Amino acid sequence: MRIFLFFIHREIQLSLKYGTDSLGTILFFILIASLFPLALGPEPQLLRQIAPGILWVCVLLAALLPIERLFNHEYEDGSLEQLLLLGLPPYGVAFAKIVGHWLTTGMPLLIASVPLALMFNFPYHAIPLFLFSLMIGTGCLSLLGGMATCIALGARRSAFLLPLLTFPLLTPIIIFGAMITDAQLHALNYMPHLQLLGACFALALPLCPFVAGAGLKLAVE
Amino acid sequence: MTNTSSSPPSQSSFNIHRFANPRTFLRFASKIQSWVTISAIIFLVIGVIWGLCFSPADWQQGDSVRIMYIHVPMAILASGGYFALAACALCSLIWKHPLADLAAGEIGPIGAVITALCLITGSLWGKPMWGTWWVWDARLTSVLVLFFLYLGHITLLHAFDNQQKGYKAAAILALVGVFDLPIIKFSVNWWHTLHQPSTFSIIHAPAMSLSMIWPLIFCFMGFALGFIALVCMQLRAAILERQVRHFLLNE
Repeated sequence: MRIFLFFIHREIQLSLKYGTDSLGTILFFILIASLFPLALGPEPQLLRQIAPGILWVCVLLAALLPIERLFNHEYEDGSLEQLLLLGLPPYGVAFAKIVGHWLTTGMPLLIASVPLALMFNFPYHAIPLFLFSLMIGTGCLSLLGGMATCIALGARRSAFLLPLLTFPLLTPIIIFGAMITDAQLHALNYMPHLQLLGACFALALPLCPFVAGAGLKLAVE
Repeated sequence: MTNTSSSPPSQSSFNIHRFANPRTFLRFASKIQSWVTISAIIFLVIGVIWGLCFSPADWQQGDSVRIMYIHVPMAILASGGYFALAACALCSLIWKHPLADLAAGEIGPIGAVITALCLITGSLWGKPMWGTWWVWDARLTSVLVLFFLYLGHITLLHAFDNQQKGYKAAAILALVGVFDLPIIKFSVNWWHTLHQPSTFSIIHAPAMSLSMIWPLIFCFMGFALGFIALVCMQLRAAILERQVRHFLLNE
């Protein structure tokens, strides 16, 4: 457990040290999200209708932007093998890294999505649920993205490969996630979608680190 | 690289693991190859001619119902192919059979083409029936995801400098992708969108006229046997290729 916390601590320190990278993610998110009103026209009614979908897609893209770097540095300079020797099983290492990714990418994105939601004309009462669903969603994203990175670790074309591996897995999350807020804005029952999103998270939580650990073991073999 | 030229272990009782030996498989496969190929062609010729020329047109859909004779077998084979891929992946991860790796590598491209054909024929049928080439319906989307899973598997397989690593990483990915198969199967029941629910059922009488079911069964048998024949042929070529490379490296 101590080593696990050490890992997370190390991740946070790394992201603070390379602050521009973490900030770049947020900036990227805000930039692409603000491109949509420019392209679609500033009609408030239209924006409110498509805002949940746009914000979900932007969060997804922004969260996957830094995921390639999750293990690549460690893999290339060889320190990954040292990290695996610290006493944590491979899936523990993978899980710690994934938690670190969520803390340094998912959470800042959550905070950044509040002003964007207001800019997209969200009603106030919809924001708490939107943030809650986005929290589960970014958790799934970190898990699935981290898993895909581990599997593709050491591959040649991993920059192009990662989206191809991750996006098919992310489809259920983006469908249910965007539907929650959509249902709430239309005063419909959002519980089924929320439960399905939660089910995706509950399924990904134990399985993804396990698969990611197998990928890590394969990479250092 | 494993030694593919070792003699098979002598076992008197029937053992499925025996076929995992590439040489035994090669002998067995070259024996059944011509039979499978010929029967696939016979089934296909009968099924396609029967379906396209002699089966009745639908009272509602007219002649475009005949696309079904290609579309339905392709749809079943797309999922079935992925299931076979995942089974090969499981075998390669648990027992580390080199044959399972090769088989997964050969099933992937064929399955991707079949899935693409399933999507294309479906959209050809959708244009006159639904009035659109594509809708973001649950069944269509989940099959599209299956297509991307196939593509991801193929890309990952060839993305490593060390081929052995590529096989293993692709096997892990193939197992992760299995989640899509139940979604494809049940998508028409869970979400009531445009794609019609399943017509076939084991417990109920078929909801389709027998004059249409028979050509469909022939077509399906033809395509399924053709799939097996293609995989068999590719797999034999891959084994021989590997043996040749092995001999060349040893010289």
